[in-house]
Amino acid sequence: MKSLIIRQGRVIDPANSVDAVRDVFVVDGKIASAAATSAEEVNAKGRIVTPGLIDMHVHLREPGRSDKETIETGSRCAARGGFTSIVCMPNTTPAADNTGTIAFIKQRAAEAACVNVLPTGTITKESKGEELAPIGSLKTAGVVAITDDGRCVQNNDLMRRAVEYARMFNLPVLDHCQDDHLTADGVMNDGYWSAALGLRGWPSIGEDVIVARNILIAELTDWHIHCQHISSGRSVQLIREAKKRGVRISGEASPHHFTLTDEAVKTYDANFKMNPPLRTEGDRQALIEGLADGTIEVIASDHAPHCSYEKEVEFDFAPFGVIGLETELALSLELVRKKLIGLPQLVEKFTVNPARLLRLNKGTLSVGADADITIMDLDRQWTYDVNESASKSRNSPFHGWKLKGKAVTTVAGGKIVWQTE
Amino acid sequence: MDAAAVGRALARMSHEIVEHNPDSGLLAFVGIRTHGVPLAQRLAGETGRILKREVAVGELDISMHRDDLGLRNTPPKVGPSRITFDLTGKTIVLVDDVLFTGRTIRAAMDEITDFGRPQRMQLAILIDRGHRELPIRPDYVGKNLPTALGERVQVRLAEIDGKDEVVIER
Amino acid sequence: MSATTWQHKDLLGIQELSPGEINLVLDTATAFKQVGERRIKKVPSLRGKTMVNLFIEPSTRTRTSFELAAKRLSADVINISATASSIVKGETLKDTALNLQALNADIIVIRHSAAGASHFLSRLLKASVINAGDGAHEHPTQALLDAFTIREKKGRIDGLNVTILGDILYSRVARSNIWLLTKLGAHVTLAGPSTLVPRVFEKFGCRVTYDIEEAIRDADVINLLRLQHERQRQTMFPGIGEYTAMFGLNKERFTRAKPDALIMHPGPINRGVEIDSEIADCNRSVILEQVTNGLAVRMAVLFLCSGGKPTAGGAK
Repeated sequence: MKSLIIRQGRVIDPANSVDAVRDVFVVDGKIASAAATSAEEVNAKGRIVTPGLIDMHVHLREPGRSDKETIETGSRCAARGGFTSIVCMPNTTPAADNTGTIAFIKQRAAEAACVNVLPTGTITKESKGEELAPIGSLKTAGVVAITDDGRCVQNNDLMRRAVEYARMFNLPVLDHCQDDHLTADGVMNDGYWSAALGLRGWPSIGEDVIVARNILIAELTDWHIHCQHISSGRSVQLIREAKKRGVRISGEASPHHFTLTDEAVKTYDANFKMNPPLRTEGDRQALIEGLADGTIEVIASDHAPHCSYEKEVEFDFAPFGVIGLETELALSLELVRKKLIGLPQLVEKFTVNPARLLRLNKGTLSVGADADITIMDLDRQWTYDVNESASKSRNSPFHGWKLKGKAVTTVAGGKIVWQTE
Repeated sequence: MDAAAVGRALARMSHEIVEHNPDSGLLAFVGIRTHGVPLAQRLAGETGRILKREVAVGELDISMHRDDLGLRNTPPKVGPSRITFDLTGKTIVLVDDVLFTGRTIRAAMDEITDFGRPQRMQLAILIDRGHRELPIRPDYVGKNLPTALGERVQVRLAEIDGKDEVVIER
Repeated sequence: MSATTWQHKDLLGIQELSPGEINLVLDTATAFKQVGERRIKKVPSLRGKTMVNLFIEPSTRTRTSFELAAKRLSADVINISATASSIVKGETLKDTALNLQALNADIIVIRHSAAGASHFLSRLLKASVINAGDGAHEHPTQALLDAFTIREKKGRIDGLNVTILGDILYSRVARSNIWLLTKLGAHVTLAGPSTLVPRVFEKFGCRVTYDIEEAIRDADVINLLRLQHERQRQTMFPGIGEYTAMFGLNKERFTRAKPDALIMHPGPINRGVEIDSEIADCNRSVILEQVTNGLAVRMAVLFLCSGGKPTAGGAK
């Protein structure tokens, strides 16, 4: 196995409170305190070196829809985006509600993924929200969390029992917060723009109502519920207040929600259709404030590939979701550039925070840790061409955008899995 | 041409029209929008005075019959046509201010036949500036004015522009 | 001959039109209305052009109106409806449209149940795309013919009080009318059940009220909308009986309206539901004239959108 010396980058390692220019050494796939005798040099002068970034919300579509994406292509997107660990969602076909599917995913990942792929299992069988999935067995099979993502358990009693049960196995519960009745039929945020465009809207309380029930259940069961892709300002506020009380609740934001608003839908381009939908400028600002004050601890892409023929239809009929692994970092760095959040704070949201929430032995550059490293050039200007993406799908709202900031080298397990000049 | 010259030309043309149409009971004028309309009204008035009776006048907007739709940058302005009398069997004198390529007249003739079947059609023009692109010739001309292609002939009439005059703009 | 400044190859909605452009359509429609009074009700303006009526959502009256408008302009017309076999077999809208383009269709008139369908087509096709109604979004030719009718009867639109009554939330006719009337300076009042007339519409420059009497009292024009059974869910309001009792234009309410108020309706009318049968037939109702004017307005729209040089590519 190769050894590396990463020279003279500005190393930001929040787990160890490091923010300084120094070298990083990799020996035999682990972070080391000194260089090996024969090591490849990587020049990181003028660049930022961080623990490998973690994206805890990615759809890899395999098994079942490998026309949209595979574990292999999804992992390559991750590497290009600077991510060394991705947590994949269980809404595959068949759903990851059984040990067999988990075993398949792990095996495919070992064969074909260039970065770490961490599977999640479902909360309920087939994510139907009716019966509990075999959560204990899923834990044994290797899931890092459970979630019905794509859907949301509507029965509050069932959700409560699921959380109590998951606690036994130390499994965090991730939730896609959506009340099915309040959001039935809708395709975008309910507000001025849905009224103007004649599209049916979802009120943001469709998300808030479930965030509130999750807070109460987390409090009752004294266990951890993580609210995925928060898009509503009111949800940010609910989480903020609950955290003050010591409730084990956490929140996650996706770059499209803190970059775009529902006005973007006015061209009826289905690349702006996702769940939860783009919301108002007020919600967007509240989300950024939540990121800045620590209420929202994690940024994750919710990378959701769909085939072009599926997305190139009337807005009403298109599936929800956009890809995002390759644009995630640049869009997040925009917040740093606008002085809304500090760089070390941003790095936390991709490293120590997700690692802590999911109890992963990742997200640090401590000696002995897996050599997952991201080297980024903050000043790199580039234009995102979705046709050059490593994804099998092309559904991005950011095609053609001029971005600043890019991962120039991604190291996973001591191996360089992505490099660009 | 100044206002007096325009008046004289129209007076002469009125006499010519009456002279060439002995069965004057069948005479009617149709002016082509925009400037052809007041000219047609004046000719109808003058010939009416000569004949001592009312001579019918209609207005024709030829935009819907143009042969260059889809070739121009923008669509033309369209106005309504108003022909309140029956054309069939009559002698229709089409009236326009300037005869140039002849395409306007071709469109006008097509449109007239949609309204009815005149026995005869004649053409009265205030200014013939040449450069015909179709085999169309006027029966009554106010003035022959040879021009270069790049020049513009502007006919102004009191009813629309406040005064009568004809100018060439280069 | 004077040229216009009209540069749209498509008509997707009223939102994209300036007040000047709206007035141009109305003026052009005045000319085309006269064609219907001639012996030969045909002009050669679109001779040799092919227009396709692509009606994914069915409608007889709008389709017939567009068909007749095209034929009076000498265009050839093809009608494709949703029950046509390829659409039933699952062909996507994109494929249907590209197939039509391969046949060199010049104009596609589309009616669809999904908002944004006409925008979608205009991005794809070189042909002119005319929106005959896309979901709840817009029905521009309806608003234009409504405006034409109002202008003809009242002489102007600026400063008039126009009340739109009924299901606003799911109505494309309401939206197109709101944009057009506010652009031309009318005072627009929206009225109906609160679940169907949310306050967010005040942001479009309208007054929203749930008091029907108040809404029609000072109205110069009352435009009644159909109760949309198809697009509603049961949770929105209790049912037809309650709607008629609370919001229908019955004889009694009608007496409180101004004596010269116009009664309009996009059709088809639900007699006895949103409007009493007698009122629909009374002399202040211009519902049938709307139909005649619709033909002239559609001729004008087809003429203007085809009357300039075809521009390459899509709308924007």
